[in-house]
Amino acid sequence: MSVATLAASVASPRKATAAALSNGILIVIALCFLLPLAWLILASLDPDASYRTQIPANPSFANYAAVLTPGLTFLPLWNSLLLSGGAAVATVVAAVLAAYPLSRYTMRFNKPFMYAILFGTCLPITAIMVPVYSLFVRLNLIDSMPATIFFMAATSLPMAIWMTKNFMDSVPISLEEAAWVDGASAMTALRRVVVPLMRPGLGVVFIFVFIQAWGNFFVPFVLLLSPSKQPAAVSIYSFFGQYGAIAYGQLAAFSVLYSVPVILLYALVSRGMGASFTLSGAIKG
Amino acid sequence: MKPEQIAPTRGPNPGDPEPVGSGSPGRPESTEGGSRRRGPLGTRARTAARLLPLLPAVLLLLVFLAGPVAWSFYGSFTNAALTGREARNPQWVGLDNYITLFQDPVFPLALWLTVVFVVASAIIGQNFLGLGIALLMNRANRVVGSLVGLTVVAAWVLPEIVAAFVAYAYFSKDGTLNQVLSAFGMTGPNWLFSLPMLAIILANVWRGTAFSMMVYRAALNDVPIEITEAAMIDGAGGTKRLVLITIPMIKSSITTNLMLITLQTLSVFTLIWVMTAGGPGNQSTTLPVMAFQEAFRFSDIGYGTAIATVMLLIGAAFSVVYIRALRPGKG
Repeated sequence: MSVATLAASVASPRKATAAALSNGILIVIALCFLLPLAWLILASLDPDASYRTQIPANPSFANYAAVLTPGLTFLPLWNSLLLSGGAAVATVVAAVLAAYPLSRYTMRFNKPFMYAILFGTCLPITAIMVPVYSLFVRLNLIDSMPATIFFMAATSLPMAIWMTKNFMDSVPISLEEAAWVDGASAMTALRRVVVPLMRPGLGVVFIFVFIQAWGNFFVPFVLLLSPSKQPAAVSIYSFFGQYGAIAYGQLAAFSVLYSVPVILLYALVSRGMGASFTLSGAIKG
Repeated sequence: MKPEQIAPTRGPNPGDPEPVGSGSPGRPESTEGGSRRRGPLGTRARTAARLLPLLPAVLLLLVFLAGPVAWSFYGSFTNAALTGREARNPQWVGLDNYITLFQDPVFPLALWLTVVFVVASAIIGQNFLGLGIALLMNRANRVVGSLVGLTVVAAWVLPEIVAAFVAYAYFSKDGTLNQVLSAFGMTGPNWLFSLPMLAIILANVWRGTAFSMMVYRAALNDVPIEITEAAMIDGAGGTKRLVLITIPMIKSSITTNLMLITLQTLSVFTLIWVMTAGGPGNQSTTLPVMAFQEAFRFSDIGYGTAIATVMLLIGAAFSVVYIRALRPGKG
């Protein structure tokens, strides 16, 4: 597909054709990616929604009004906020503390540790919820919000340490040296000098972990049992009635409400720093 | 991205900054990779104090990451069950679970479907589509480019359960895809029943291409324009430039991207669970789905754990290959 456009070379009329062709192909791709989402938006505004994509006959916010109740929406969203906020705070704190010695001191310990971290980034840990479940049963941690938060923090920690160390490496050490000369301890220098300087980077790590935890379904689905603790990702199943009737419109409306926070957060990150910045922190060493 | 930049850690390096007052004025040990432990007691205490901030992270990783991994190996040798007597006091059963696993006709199928899913949706689908979009974006109008970026990323940012429901609606019998096909006078099949693998593969391409696209956009931005221009002046055509210059220059990004998307796709559960739940029959049961079903539908935690252990080993093998592939750049 792309080969045809790439074959166009230096000559400018051909270049113009190539640009037009590229634009055309990209618009088609955009439409293909957008098409599945059309159902979500249209159904959320349609009181008579089904799995068919249709322009609502009587568009209204009835679905939104129906789902905006404490039990259906506010409690699950609050639980999601607790889970992802807790996981993100725990991850960032642990990652900053861990990244500091790794970034600032040259130790024999660094290299094996960073390799272990890299190895940890790769393990398909969220795919192995079965042993995690049985371990949690054994430790009496099933249905415990803090344990689930710490588990989610631990699964994103390798990536977070990796990113934080890279961000910290780019903070010049001379400013800390000044603090040391003035008698500040390493931890004071970290808190007063380094952390404020790398605030954008830490924001990226925080949002990165938050978005991942917010969208995670499998972990809370397995580890949290009581409905009062379940986050939005799991409570979404309450729109599947016991008698096989699915409230499509309400499901779509709830999905939109549940997705908006992460879309806004993502927009914040990519507008502020650019997605490539995020990734360069994650991938470049 | 230069190979050096991707080195996992800067490691012991004479050029590394060393804080003032951190001892060893000439710091000969640190350039040798550090042999502080053999030093006097004071040095050892200082090293311990320096390592102290690592404690919370190490504890979290040990309890909640290394713990489940170790437990997975242990549990796969027991007959732990979801309920009943074997749930309280599981018995050591040795290799029984693995013997059952290798005799289970579903296992080779699940392994094969996992390979098909990973190769088709990640290595072929997401990777090539992501690279294609990134290359086209360099040529296209800025507005069109950012518009495409936005729509591709939208599918990726959505919570996985929402993306899964959206994909389910899209591929269902009366869903959007068949509506579009019928607009062109075609009758689409009932995708989720007659072509379940194709449906989940396409859904995963839709969901995950954004990641590859972003990696390749960042990588292409790092290719110096002078080199491409020089090749252009030398008369290299577009395809030639792509194959001989662009691709070799972003090779390390390609490796990184391939490994990351392979591992991400290996652990996809929610998308498949919502769309087909592994069915019809076992026609879309990949390893994560099989492990979940054996453990929670058939109450055999020990057996499900054995499947999880196999997945861990596959993931670990990929990790080792990945880390080794990055090493040559270390210099």
